[in-house]
Amino acid sequence: MKARVHVMLKNGVLDPQGEAVRHALGGLGFDGVEGVRQGKVIELDLAEGTTEATVTEMCEKLLANTVIESYSIEMGA
Amino acid sequence: MKAAVLVFPGSNCDRDLKVAFERAGAEVTMVWHKEAALPEGVDIVGVPGGFSYGDYLRCGAIAANSPICASLKTHVERGGYAIGICNGFQVLTETRILPGALLRNAGLKYICKTVPLKVQTSESIFTRQYNAGTTVHIPIAHHDGNYQADAELLAELRGEDRVAFTYEDNPNGSAGDIAGVLSANRRVLGMMPHPERAADVGHGGTDGAGVFQGILDALVEA
Repeated sequence: MKARVHVMLKNGVLDPQGEAVRHALGGLGFDGVEGVRQGKVIELDLAEGTTEATVTEMCEKLLANTVIESYSIEMGA
Repeated sequence: MKAAVLVFPGSNCDRDLKVAFERAGAEVTMVWHKEAALPEGVDIVGVPGGFSYGDYLRCGAIAANSPICASLKTHVERGGYAIGICNGFQVLTETRILPGALLRNAGLKYICKTVPLKVQTSESIFTRQYNAGTTVHIPIAHHDGNYQADAELLAELRGEDRVAFTYEDNPNGSAGDIAGVLSANRRVLGMMPHPERAADVGHGGTDGAGVFQGILDALVEA
């Protein structure tokens, strides 16, 4: 089974990379891009029966730094 | 006085840190990240700069979960001393030994240059050799040195006199111009600038040597 974890900087934490992407899109003529936030997607290949609670623990311990990042989990993605 | 310098795959300032400790008079043991315990009787642990684990996932995140960092946490919880420089500072925030986090520089560029820092407090073994308010010139060399602290944390750090160094000309977007912070018990320092790279006349400056001399003097007196 698979799980997919999305990690994003929390709202309010300035994302300089997202900001650079926004500027680049503007430079390409894409008007009206008001904000860009860049995060990461982590795909996990898990043994059958692994619970969402276990994946949450993985996020808390390693996959996200909850001081600055939030995460969401899609089980069976 | 016994110091231990942790070594991770990708550490590259570990030997510089060893030399800086030795110059100040410490006996230094290098400790590989897979070791489960620190050597007996270690007074201070140095977490060096570099690119531990290639900065994969987040700078310092994998190192923070290595076996030796479990011992580092125990050492600190018992009131032991530690200093983390550059990637070492990132490791200390990832272990939550120090508060806050370090993000990509606001200008997105890797910056390698000597910068002026203001010493904010002389109330720690790391800064006792300096007068508060003094300017020191110490090199920075990082891509992810943008210190993140919300208003509440900033107020706490300032209120408890735990900001050790600030940038005079903020190069990376750090909150409150913070370049280095102390733990609540003032026994752990994390800083992005490299005092071990300004600790010998051959480095072009010796402003950083006081950090190591302060540690040695304090721990030898103790």
